[in-house]
Amino acid sequence: MTPNDNKAPEQLYAERVKRIKDVVALRTPDQVPVFGPYQLFPYLYSGVTFKQAMNDYAAARRACRKFADDFQPDADFGPILAYPAKPMETLGLKWFKWPGHGLGDNTIYQFVEGEYMTADEYDEFIYDPSDFMLTKWVPRSFAGLEAFASFPTQRRMMWSGWMGLGAFASEEMQESFRIAVEAGKQVNEWWASIGEYNADTVARGFPVAYAAFDWPPFDIIGDTLRGTRGILADMRRHPDKLLQTMEIATKIFVEYGSGAAGADLPLCWIWVHKGTRNFMSDEQFNTFYWPFLREGIVALIDKGIIPMVYWEADIESRLEHIVDIPKGKAIYHIAQTDIAKAKAVLGDTVCLMGNVPNSTLLTGTPDDVKAYCKMAIDVAGKDGGFIMDAAVMLDEAKPENVKAMFDFTREYGVYR
Amino acid sequence: MKEQLVQAIADMEEDQAMELTEAMLAADVDPQEILDACREAMTIVGQRYEAGEYFLPELVIAGDMLTAIGDRVKPLLQSQTAGSNKLGTVVIGTVEGDIHDIGKDIVGFMLDVNGFEVVDLGVDVPAAEFVGKIREVSPQVVALSGFLTLAFDQMKATVDAISEAGLRDSVHVMIGGAIMDESVRSYIGADAYGADATAAVKLAQGWTGGK
Repeated sequence: MTPNDNKAPEQLYAERVKRIKDVVALRTPDQVPVFGPYQLFPYLYSGVTFKQAMNDYAAARRACRKFADDFQPDADFGPILAYPAKPMETLGLKWFKWPGHGLGDNTIYQFVEGEYMTADEYDEFIYDPSDFMLTKWVPRSFAGLEAFASFPTQRRMMWSGWMGLGAFASEEMQESFRIAVEAGKQVNEWWASIGEYNADTVARGFPVAYAAFDWPPFDIIGDTLRGTRGILADMRRHPDKLLQTMEIATKIFVEYGSGAAGADLPLCWIWVHKGTRNFMSDEQFNTFYWPFLREGIVALIDKGIIPMVYWEADIESRLEHIVDIPKGKAIYHIAQTDIAKAKAVLGDTVCLMGNVPNSTLLTGTPDDVKAYCKMAIDVAGKDGGFIMDAAVMLDEAKPENVKAMFDFTREYGVYR
Repeated sequence: MKEQLVQAIADMEEDQAMELTEAMLAADVDPQEILDACREAMTIVGQRYEAGEYFLPELVIAGDMLTAIGDRVKPLLQSQTAGSNKLGTVVIGTVEGDIHDIGKDIVGFMLDVNGFEVVDLGVDVPAAEFVGKIREVSPQVVALSGFLTLAFDQMKATVDAISEAGLRDSVHVMIGGAIMDESVRSYIGADAYGADATAAVKLAQGWTGGK
């Protein structure tokens, strides 16, 4: 029996939305919110393999439903991170391995590093990003869409452009269209499942934890286009081209994130991949990474969106730089960064979220978890401005430890 | 010219490094001397990385230069000078189920430039493959890499397999990867964890009596 049991779902929903908006605005809420993005954990906890979750959407929904009912997160991710295997297979997606396709049944999909855009193609991307994506990146990414390499260039469609439509008549192109249509239907089935889950979770009093997903401009180009090694070397080999491309990527960043506008809880999750100190110097960060991400964050804030920046690894050396954003408008999720140091530098500006070590959640005891949570609330949650979560997305963990994180936070993290 | 080549590589002057390599070959410099210059340069790169002056981009470019010069020069060598005074052998790999290689590659690179023979098993490496390679090359150090939480149990399984094969006492085991820490080390039964490539080098040096 929890205090929540007596409340109507509408009331719980309103309280949770207010709780999260309060901490973002650096106002003191009623209690420390606790939620996060969960990858494998809800499925492992409910006895559904990740392979099943990626293939059987009803099973994925049931697992997430059980997780939300048992743990009562302040906002619910649901099954959005169990990507749909069917369209990935139909398309022949090349830059992921996933359960059944190179990985075991209970393994998260993993990215296959590569250069899906080469260093000498920056000019082409800069000139016409859409045409580059359609005729180069798409055929390289999806085995089933290789014929799109001859997709007629749309920027030359005026006047006699239609005379180039002959490319559509080839067998290969027709096959690629057939695959695109099939994958499109399969993607829609998955989205329908996500929509069904979200409507149900809202009806049960849980706000949806995300309204958009986004990636820093540097990672938009670095992840699936140039690849990690490629883009890191480009900072030295092709700095001017890279900077020019960053300006375009910043606009794409704002497009990705803008979908969050108008949601009850307009959280836009921004997954930071290569901005941490393991990957580049502070100087490189301040030249190629942060200025563009900052510009994008401010643009989202101007649209009434709450940027939720997921800073992985250790960002201690970046703190003095990333504090430069509008006050009380965003959330910074931290991982290995020392929470006291982060609070000292960022605390007056941005709500912090994190960072119970995933190692403790897997190898420790409930008391170890409580001890960390107590320290985190004492250090980072004095008058609000803090959300409890694991340090990184939750995969394997002991259920009793996860329970301890939720229960202790609600018990100890109450503001009186 | 050798000193210039060392400087060019260490300072990330790729074009200049290739031009100097060609000029040295044209002047009939012993190809071995060019490779020695590479090794000296990599030591400087390694030091700058440890000092926080260089980061991953510089290691990527240094690695590319090393490959390019090696490809050009090695076919011209009269005889391969066999493994000169290595500090020890390290078997490294990302454990089964995990295909992340960037962290492993940096650690392997830094161990290599610091004088270790590095045997890289790649990614998604089953425990049995580690055991087999340990039998084959008798390393002093085994380095297990992993990025995901699933690596905790895989690393534990790998260390257990090494023990079951009766090889645990003959090797030092270190682990590394984004979310590794002391509690994971103890859970797995490894000898140490390293937060970064510099820490990995220090651990390996400590175990082999180097520096």
